[in-house]
Amino acid sequence: MSIDLSQFIPSFLEESFEGLELMESSLLNLEQGDDETINSIFRAAHSIKGGAGTFGFDNVTEFTHLVETLLDEMRDGRREIVQGDVEILLESVDCMRLLIESIQNDTDCDDEKIAITSSLLTQTLDGSVSTPVLDDATDNYSSTVKQNNTSITWVIEFIPEHHLVQTGNDPLFLFNALAELGSVEIEANSAELPSLNDMDPEELYLRWKITLVADTTEDDIKEIFEWVEDECELTISQELAGQSSEPESVKSEPELSVTEQNISAQQTEPSPAVSEEIKPAPSEEAVPAKPNKPVSPVASKPVKSKTDVGSIRVGVDKVDNLINLMGELVITQSMLSELGNDFDLSKVERLNTGLEQLLQNTKELQESVMRIRMLPISFAFNRFPRLIHDLSKKTGKQIELVLKGEQTELDKTVMEQIGDPLVHLVRNAVDHGIEPTETRIANGKPEQGVITLDAYHQGGSIVIEINDDGGGINRNAVFEKAVEKGVVEANSSLTDSQVFDLIFEPGFSTAKELSDISGRGVGMDVVKKNIQALGGRIQVESVEGQGSSFKVNLPLTLAILDGQLVRVGTEIYIIPLITIVESLQTQKNLINRVSGDMVLYRLREDNVPVLPIYQLFNLASDTTQVEDSLLVVVEADGQKVGLMVDDLLAQQQVVIKSLNDNYQQVEGISGATILGDGSVAMILDIPGIINIAQNSSRSNQYASANPEEVLP
Amino acid sequence: MENEQEYLTFLLNNEEFGIDILCVQEIRVWSSVTELPNKPEYIKGVINLRGVIIPIIDLRQRFGIPPLEYDEQTVTIILKNPSAEKQMVVGIVVDAVSEVYKFNQTSIRKAPEFGSQIDTCFLKGLASVEEKLVILLETQTLLNQEDLYSFNQTEPVEESHV
Repeated sequence: MSIDLSQFIPSFLEESFEGLELMESSLLNLEQGDDETINSIFRAAHSIKGGAGTFGFDNVTEFTHLVETLLDEMRDGRREIVQGDVEILLESVDCMRLLIESIQNDTDCDDEKIAITSSLLTQTLDGSVSTPVLDDATDNYSSTVKQNNTSITWVIEFIPEHHLVQTGNDPLFLFNALAELGSVEIEANSAELPSLNDMDPEELYLRWKITLVADTTEDDIKEIFEWVEDECELTISQELAGQSSEPESVKSEPELSVTEQNISAQQTEPSPAVSEEIKPAPSEEAVPAKPNKPVSPVASKPVKSKTDVGSIRVGVDKVDNLINLMGELVITQSMLSELGNDFDLSKVERLNTGLEQLLQNTKELQESVMRIRMLPISFAFNRFPRLIHDLSKKTGKQIELVLKGEQTELDKTVMEQIGDPLVHLVRNAVDHGIEPTETRIANGKPEQGVITLDAYHQGGSIVIEINDDGGGINRNAVFEKAVEKGVVEANSSLTDSQVFDLIFEPGFSTAKELSDISGRGVGMDVVKKNIQALGGRIQVESVEGQGSSFKVNLPLTLAILDGQLVRVGTEIYIIPLITIVESLQTQKNLINRVSGDMVLYRLREDNVPVLPIYQLFNLASDTTQVEDSLLVVVEADGQKVGLMVDDLLAQQQVVIKSLNDNYQQVEGISGATILGDGSVAMILDIPGIINIAQNSSRSNQYASANPEEVLP
Repeated sequence: MENEQEYLTFLLNNEEFGIDILCVQEIRVWSSVTELPNKPEYIKGVINLRGVIIPIIDLRQRFGIPPLEYDEQTVTIILKNPSAEKQMVVGIVVDAVSEVYKFNQTSIRKAPEFGSQIDTCFLKGLASVEEKLVILLETQTLLNQEDLYSFNQTEPVEESHV
């Protein structure tokens, strides 16, 4: 299976820039003991690392890993947050941006700066650098180089062949690159210059002698000249340290340009490099076309573009369809308005037809608009084969990836947001799920581990399953870790699924060793947060020795919901249609009262707990007796409950409005909508309600000694 | 001139309160709200204001004053903070809207720190118009979700008989 990963690179870049911006702003506001901020910085770094790993941008992954390690120490409180470290981190953010920009623009980047920053990071991690030096160093890394006693004076003789500039190389870029290493002094030797008459303006006649004072190696210098190696004579020699021209070299940049101007003053230099500066070029010949990009990656820092609004690619047929529908809508509208001009009762018939047509048109239009946003989930899945390939190489585990249901369609926003969480889950499955080959063989399993990604529709939501046939989650290890982290009490008794849910706590990881694949415990809490932000849910199932299964439940779209309107007292609520199993009138003989308040209703083979909404929400209601009341049986997370309501009203599609914009999240309510008459109705959050009910029944048992505490 | 600020004043339990007029989006009559479940008494519910869902706060109850019956005269002031990154719109129910005054910054006196039922975090200062005293409210905190929606639980006396 070959997949063109490059189509996803733009979205990675976009996400990364967002992450970097977040890191930067958070770093600037970072204070001691500010866990949330440092966690968010860490998450941003982690996501960038993950993405870079997927696309094989190893330099980004390596660099970010260092940053992440430092952040991890800060997060765990092993390292105090001092300004010097924050400076280094900021510098690192710049480096990461450079690296990512270089991917974006497909240019080389300032390797030297990155090398220096990463060595600073390493030193900081080793704890060998004192803070004041760091401040300086990060302020301007070249000044560190100067302060550093290990600076060596290099003398480079650079004699290019005459045709060097024709191959698209420009000595100026080389010198700029050298200037980034340290301070340079450049002398041009124009002895070879022929007289103006004999001169070919497309040839290069100059040679240079460069004195470089820098803490660098011969290899680094050679690397700069790598592209012109075959087209010049290059001698690199080392002058003895000590006699370096430290004071002069401070103004290395001006020196460089002064020298250039000296040359140009002679007005004899036909090199394109200089003719750029002294346009028009002395020779009336056109400046030779330069095939290389005119922007030197080191000299130009592209202006950071604002993250633009996401775009979507839509087939022309879909747009044509929309225009058609739009046309019909306009026709209907004009027909209706004509009808209204002088309306009398004889036209009622036509009015009704018109309204019906309007309804039809609106529906179709809505559907087509929604379809524009739908994309097959393969867009999210396609990055995994490469990921698995790389990971299995890295870990030495043999893994087969099985993709199913790739054509399942999903809203674009949901798709974009779900990518990262899925990467985390798959990485986790590889790293923690699948056991090393020897263990597998010892346990009588096939050598090759299998990870399955499956997507399918279930009601109005989409389910993505990530299954592995690995070792499963070690219940005890998770529990012990949770106790150690203080998440749960040592003597508390939890069900298996409650224990597995603990892995979604921040900073939770049972992996013994850190790796750059996963294992810092950052992934899972981000995964859960992201999924919840989408209005989705994640469930874990695991059988020790047989593997784990993560089930991600997502809404198909974030904007519209099919709802059942119900009335409780004077209030109207909306129950998402997908959660409703059935609605029924209760029959007395099927009602069972169990201990305390709990009422169970016998629904064929099931016993369904009855939750009166008026009680949950403290409302006045018409019916307070379960007998002969209306029960809407809903299901969420595999749990069925019967919601007791006063009346069942219409079913309709509602547009979801957030309550969070101007207010806060309300327990048991997932959002609000505006009904046809302009009033606001709440949309019930069924899993949330079940949760409230379970919690209150648990505290009911707990507080049975003083029951008035829990009863409303 | 530049030190002058305009304030919309309103009545609450016969006291006159002032609020920066730049934060006032509009003034509406009371319209019925949709209740939010299990929320403090002072949060009356939400309304639909041209497609945006806005919470409505009874300022009397928020400030620990017994509420009045709502009728056609009841006024809701829709506030929004104009500058903050996170836009927030909220409606407050008051007894009546009174006047618009101009106050010079220098004429605003600091409010006493205590001796008031009102959470001091909402107080900006006091200004006097002729013989009256106007209590100016701090819009920064009034339009801050955390301050506005966290009720001081140590003063439940006023709340309980509601």
